[in-house]
Amino acid sequence: MIIASNVSKKFGKLKALDDVSVTCIKGECIALIGPNGCGKTTLIKSILGMVVCDSGFITFNGNNIRHDWKYRARIGYMPQIGRYPENMTIGQVLDMMKDIRGCKNEVVDEELISQFGLKDILKKRMSTLSGGTRQKVSAALAFLFNPEVLILDEPTAGLDPVSSEMLKAKIITEKNKGKLVLITSHILSELDDLISQVIYMQDGKLCFHKSITSLQEETGEAKLSKAIAQVMMKR
Amino acid sequence: MKKIIKYVIIDILRNKIVLAYTVFLLLISVTIFNLEDNSAKGLLSLLNIILIIVPLVSMLFSAIYVYNSSEFLELLVSQPLKRKTIWLSLFMGLAASMAFAFFIGAGIPILLYEATPTGFMMLGTGLLLSVIFVAIAMLAAVMARDKAKGIGVVILLWLYFSIIFDGLILFVLFQFADYPLEKIMVGAVAFNPIDLSRILILLKMDVSALMGYTGAIFKDFFGAQTGLIISFCVLITWIVIPAWLSLRKFNHKDL
Repeated sequence: MIIASNVSKKFGKLKALDDVSVTCIKGECIALIGPNGCGKTTLIKSILGMVVCDSGFITFNGNNIRHDWKYRARIGYMPQIGRYPENMTIGQVLDMMKDIRGCKNEVVDEELISQFGLKDILKKRMSTLSGGTRQKVSAALAFLFNPEVLILDEPTAGLDPVSSEMLKAKIITEKNKGKLVLITSHILSELDDLISQVIYMQDGKLCFHKSITSLQEETGEAKLSKAIAQVMMKR
Repeated sequence: MKKIIKYVIIDILRNKIVLAYTVFLLLISVTIFNLEDNSAKGLLSLLNIILIIVPLVSMLFSAIYVYNSSEFLELLVSQPLKRKTIWLSLFMGLAASMAFAFFIGAGIPILLYEATPTGFMMLGTGLLLSVIFVAIAMLAAVMARDKAKGIGVVILLWLYFSIIFDGLILFVLFQFADYPLEKIMVGAVAFNPIDLSRILILLKMDVSALMGYTGAIFKDFFGAQTGLIISFCVLITWIVIPAWLSLRKFNHKDL
């Protein structure tokens, strides 16, 4: 569904992405793992077209994303740090996104909005929100339009345990509907029951892309955190 | 595209600076027209104030607005929207608000007190200047990632267009006083929209006789139909080129 071929991106002298090639297939739930600054977010942002890669190309359903913009209607993106117009209220942001996506009348998935209790604080301005509430708004927006692909950049960072569980349950339901889910996270223990594949990155390079079962077999560890720790030690 | 322009304009209206600018312009223009017994004289006084304030406010406000809406831009870029649509909507929203503010603040008093060809010329150039400096500020804002640097560049650009350019022209004129520079001066004016506007308005007034031989050459060129058309084309170019360059830059910008 999403194919990245030999994607490279430099920020000044820093190589954020170095010849990265990935293939993501529908129905998979893929974890993007790697140390800080290894290029996970840059990879995600280049898939979304927010970062324009220097060389290589990315295709979505066979179309090069460089000349296409409609494909983003099929992606729900939850950024690591949600940045929203500060003087708008939550309700206004939600309405604006619905308006921009042009689906005022279509059925939208407001499950997370009600679960997170955002309905009661629709009048609050974005500038007054705490980091966790902001994160809830980002999550609600990512799932709002029933996208085929979900890209979640550290989804549970800053969320309280209850909301975090709600979000995880939501991810599992969506995954079971056959959607492609891409998650980055540093809390490996919570990825265990979510993911089916692992992409490990380091210094802008893609180290491996394996299914979770083959990773477990190779390392002999059942837990993802232990398996990754073993891989990291070896390198 | 209309939707995003709508959100940009709602946002601009909400932060009230443009409203304050409108009231300020309105106050100045009404005061000046009431102070002078002859409204043609009032227009001349208003000209100098407008040529300083309009570029400054348009540029500073637009640059700061672009930097402050970086969150909004980031949010929009991850949505199914063309970057071109996003950037042009931002430009149109800003240009429309600044032009509308000028129209209400200065345009209506001009139409009320001095609805002459000179008045219309001032209204037209004022509207164009508002849009030109929005385009230039957006170019500066997209080139410089750092907010302080971007706003600094905008202030320097304003200084250049309102003061330094004139200084350079004077310098050249004095240095080469022995040569016939009148025709070259006509060309040089094209490099500064503020000067071009000033000359266009002054020539509509009857003070151009005071400008000597250069004034006669100017009158000869800008007074004629073709000169007028060329001048307006130059002003439009001052909108199109910065807007196009900034769009090209924005298309490849990492957010």
